[in-house]
Amino acid sequence: MNHEILLAGFGGQGILFAGKVLAYCGLIDNRELSWLPSYGPEMRGGTANCSVCISDEPIGCPQVIDPDLLMVMNGPSYDKFIGNVKPGGKAFIDSTLVEQKCERSDIECFYVPASQLAIDNGLEGSANIILIGKMIKESGIFEEQTVRKALEKIIPPKRAHLIEPNMKAVKIGMDF
Amino acid sequence: MAVVFEKPHSLCDVSMHYCPGCTHGIVHRLICEVIDEMGIEGDTIGICPVGCSVMAYDYFNCDMIEAPHGRAPAVATGVKRALPDKYVFTYQGDGDLAAIGTCETVHSATRGENIVIIFINNTIYGMTGGQMAPTTLPGQVTQTTPFGRDTSVAGFPIRVCEMLSTLDGVALAQRVSVDSVPNIKTAKKAIRKAFENQKEKRGFSIVEVLSTCPTNWGLDPIEALERLRKDMIPYFPLGVYKDITAKEDK
Amino acid sequence: MERNLMKGNEALAEAAIRAGCKCFFGYPITPQTELSAYMAKRMAKAGGVFLQAESEVAAINMVLGAASAGVRAMTSSSSPGISLKSEGISYIAASDLPCVIINVQRGGPGLGGIQPSQADYLQATKGLGHGDFQVLVYAPSSVQEMINLLTKAFDMADEFRMPAMILADGLLGQMMEPVEFPEAKTHQIPKPWATNGTGMKRKHNIINSLYLTPEELEKTVLDRYKRYEVLENEHTEAETYLTEDAEILVAAYGATARVAKSAVIKAREAGVKAGLIRPITLWPFPKKEIVKASENAKHILVTEMNMGQMVDDVKLAVECRVPVSFFGRTGGMVPKPSEILDKILELGGAE
Repeated sequence: MNHEILLAGFGGQGILFAGKVLAYCGLIDNRELSWLPSYGPEMRGGTANCSVCISDEPIGCPQVIDPDLLMVMNGPSYDKFIGNVKPGGKAFIDSTLVEQKCERSDIECFYVPASQLAIDNGLEGSANIILIGKMIKESGIFEEQTVRKALEKIIPPKRAHLIEPNMKAVKIGMDF
Repeated sequence: MAVVFEKPHSLCDVSMHYCPGCTHGIVHRLICEVIDEMGIEGDTIGICPVGCSVMAYDYFNCDMIEAPHGRAPAVATGVKRALPDKYVFTYQGDGDLAAIGTCETVHSATRGENIVIIFINNTIYGMTGGQMAPTTLPGQVTQTTPFGRDTSVAGFPIRVCEMLSTLDGVALAQRVSVDSVPNIKTAKKAIRKAFENQKEKRGFSIVEVLSTCPTNWGLDPIEALERLRKDMIPYFPLGVYKDITAKEDK
Repeated sequence: MERNLMKGNEALAEAAIRAGCKCFFGYPITPQTELSAYMAKRMAKAGGVFLQAESEVAAINMVLGAASAGVRAMTSSSSPGISLKSEGISYIAASDLPCVIINVQRGGPGLGGIQPSQADYLQATKGLGHGDFQVLVYAPSSVQEMINLLTKAFDMADEFRMPAMILADGLLGQMMEPVEFPEAKTHQIPKPWATNGTGMKRKHNIINSLYLTPEELEKTVLDRYKRYEVLENEHTEAETYLTEDAEILVAAYGATARVAKSAVIKAREAGVKAGLIRPITLWPFPKKEIVKASENAKHILVTEMNMGQMVDDVKLAVECRVPVSFFGRTGGMVPKPSEILDKILELGGAE
């Protein structure tokens, strides 16, 4: 199964990190993959987005234009990308920060108040990973344990204490 | 018959292209005497960029590089970083060092790059036929200041040693002259000290040598030396502007 | 071999260290900055030199110095910075020095933008400085290929005593892909010409590009062009995809070739016999590879992230035997597969 995933939000919300988690999951599962960030002034607080392709074939264009999985964490990104989701695709929306509701009937939308859930669970800053949890659950793209292995690879040993909170966030997303 | 005066080994036995009365020859010889006395010819790499010294690679017996205009300190940095145990010197004129290559000069100095720069200040672009240099004196007539350097238009000369002496990376900044025997002796001591600094890894050393350019000044060699003493030295006073070993001696 | 995820810029840096690069001189510019940052972190541990230069001009001249000293040296930049380096590159070529230069291209001209571009194709292949000279130009299209070509660039630069360039772009520099580092197959050769001190055992070596006698200067240029001829005859590289029966041949390099490949696959699904030729060496240009790939072509479509800078090279390669069209985006825009597909379908006569 091939996936073209687009993650979008504000700089600082961990959009690129969430994309990295997916990319490392692909690496661990021995899939072909690419990870492409938007770069430039975005990293100083503007909008950030990140394309991740996971496939069984070599990746062609790494820039995701019409995703089958979309994760959005702010209103402007929702407006910009919701119309591009492939028919049959899925959108994962942080409903704490995105007020809009989608009227498309050809895609499935999951409204997760990820930012609020993160605060309620003492996991400030982990809304991105909560949404990743929801995404892997609903799309079946990766196993929970793969995410753990990915986090172990990404997070440097001296910050290993951050793995469990992240896994907790994954679980919250999966269970929502 | 006893030989009482010899050409240094590190100076090639060729005729030079410099004009009659030009002091480049003296400075070349002083550098080579120092290289010979220190026994470092086989470990020295010289860099000459664009200007009258552009063909100096034919005059020094050590390995030589001809660098782009003004870039000798950057090229020297590359060589020295690759071969930190070798001796690296550049030989640059005033246009090269203080105009087109000011950036490279200042930054190699402030990095404390462990190299020697021999800076020939003759207040003019020699090779291209006598245009205004960054060191051209106020009022001096050149091809591009035909009515004399007007400081309200062309600004003021740069005093390189004074400027560089403010930088922490500089070990030695000294201005010398080769217009008289005593001054030539002082100049050689300064060059020796610069190479000794490199040996001891003390950092950046620059020896500014006030020189003549009879051809482009339109003077005969004797008159040129007189002009150096009368006009140049008052504007560019000789002396040691920075010497970190002086503190050590105290 | 372990697969690792790496950004293109970081992969280039790591590959350089593994290829025996001893000196790296850089200056910050988006979108290649990760390369310098990686070098800053790793070079000292690897026994090499990292130095942030005061300018692009200084950086390339430090490369000139280190290359003269006989060590493998590299610098990297992005489009506006490469223009600044062109003086030094000309001197390096004229002094027959080997080195590697990386251009992670961004949109131009002028300060332009920071998004991916290929608008330095002509600069790299035709005019990377004043005078008669060429540099080897490699155009990777994946992070893995950046690694492989960088190693090759160092080897070829040494062998042919000339600068080699990796012509990448912001997309390749910024993206992460799984990579493997093959056991170092790099081939270092002796450099008896280096100015590393005579040791009083040989005549002095001179690194120089000044020849005031025109006969002499002409000879140095002619000698260099003999080497270029060998490269043009024996060292061109291109990848082909479904070209055997291709009626519409797409020609693209670098990141654009990936987009083009996606479009070719979709065109095949739509019943158009499309194929792709991807030049890997942009200089020497893979003329014979293009001629072969276009044997059955009714039309060639060049696609690039610029205004069509490779078009003339393709036309000359096929001697205008096949009509050549162009589709491109510029200014930092990356063409969409659908845009290239539409053009293929149009040329292929599909509805």
